[in-house]
Amino acid sequence: MSDQSWPLWEVFIRTRNGLAHRHVGSVHAVDATMALHAARDTYTRRGEGLSVWVVPSASITASDPADKDMMFEPTASKIYRHPTFYEIPDEVGHM
Amino acid sequence: MYTQALNTQDSAPVAKSDPQADSRFQARVDAEEKIEPNDAMPEAYRRTLTRQIAQHAHSEIVGMLPEGNWITRAPSLKRKAALLAKVQDEGGHGAYLYAAAETLGTSREQMEEQLLSGAAKYSSIFNYPTLTWADIGIVGWLVDGAAIMNQIPLCRCSYGPYARAMVRVCKEESFHQRQGYEIMIALCKGTPAQKQMAQEALNRWWWPVLMMFGPPDKDSLHTESAMRWKIKRFTNDELRQKFVDATVPQGHFLGLTFPDPALKFDTTTQHWNYGEIDWAEFKRVVAGDGPCNRQRMKQMRAKHTDNAWVREAANAYANKRRQRAAAMPIAAE
Repeated sequence: MSDQSWPLWEVFIRTRNGLAHRHVGSVHAVDATMALHAARDTYTRRGEGLSVWVVPSASITASDPADKDMMFEPTASKIYRHPTFYEIPDEVGHM
Repeated sequence: MYTQALNTQDSAPVAKSDPQADSRFQARVDAEEKIEPNDAMPEAYRRTLTRQIAQHAHSEIVGMLPEGNWITRAPSLKRKAALLAKVQDEGGHGAYLYAAAETLGTSREQMEEQLLSGAAKYSSIFNYPTLTWADIGIVGWLVDGAAIMNQIPLCRCSYGPYARAMVRVCKEESFHQRQGYEIMIALCKGTPAQKQMAQEALNRWWWPVLMMFGPPDKDSLHTESAMRWKIKRFTNDELRQKFVDATVPQGHFLGLTFPDPALKFDTTTQHWNYGEIDWAEFKRVVAGDGPCNRQRMKQMRAKHTDNAWVREAANAYANKRRQRAAAMPIAAE
């Protein structure tokens, strides 16, 4: 087959100003311009967005879920990082 | 439903399973944790989901054909715009679903290849013809209505990317059903000939629509594992009954009669009882011998070949731009 497969792009959309761009899915496209058009047609047919980002999927470095204990466990023991760790008398009121 | 043809034995060799890993996985599913793309999962789960999501995607894409058939002949500009938007949505749904299936490790090209070679299936419903404009009303009201019934519980499917795709699809599907029912209302309030056209379309589609939910539970091969893995939340028969209960009053509101003499409301169970479904017909259509199977496959293959130049041109253009961009800094020096 003469088809050369088209690279995969991850699509992020800002639904309105004040919100962060959020991952919504992916598209196949030969280049960034085509990826933007495909993302617009696929993910914003009903005014879902004000801004679109497309990122080549291959450019994303992700943590391995199998390593999640090693990655995230160290924070579990640091309960002193949370405000509720500290005792404040009720009389002081909300702080 | 759109994945009813899953009811066949998977002929691929059985993957080795690791009982300890499988039970850790099941514990996560039981705790209603979502499974995400790179998480460990049993090979059978991955394979079942890939087949299910791909079949679902293929159904969306093939489903564009019976409706696309009426775009140029829609009776008004309003109906034409709505139908065009709906067919575009179906293409979009196919795209969300292919993207979800790809996260399981099968490429879009592989899935497309499996559809074109006939190795992968799509919903039996799209092998029936849309003979009159009333069929377009029926497809929206009943085919999309049945799809919604099936897809709402899929929004809670254990596999994250599939569940998220379903949320998007369900939001859009509601417009499809309502525009279809509105077509039916217009026909049923129209001339006697229009009303008759609506009745005949219902007569043609009612039984094939009930078959969309797949074989009865007693004959369903994969219900047990799909329920255990929380891919499915309700069995085929449960969803079919919900659909019949919701739809029959809507048909009566239109003044139409369902082509089932056994259809009767049971006051004790508060459900509509319906007659025996012709499962031999269902098997024939899934096996490839429905009224339009050959035509649909021919159209899909022709589309793939006829559009090859678009894919080639896009690649050539992107390559040329990359080469130019690479040559630029040298020219500037």
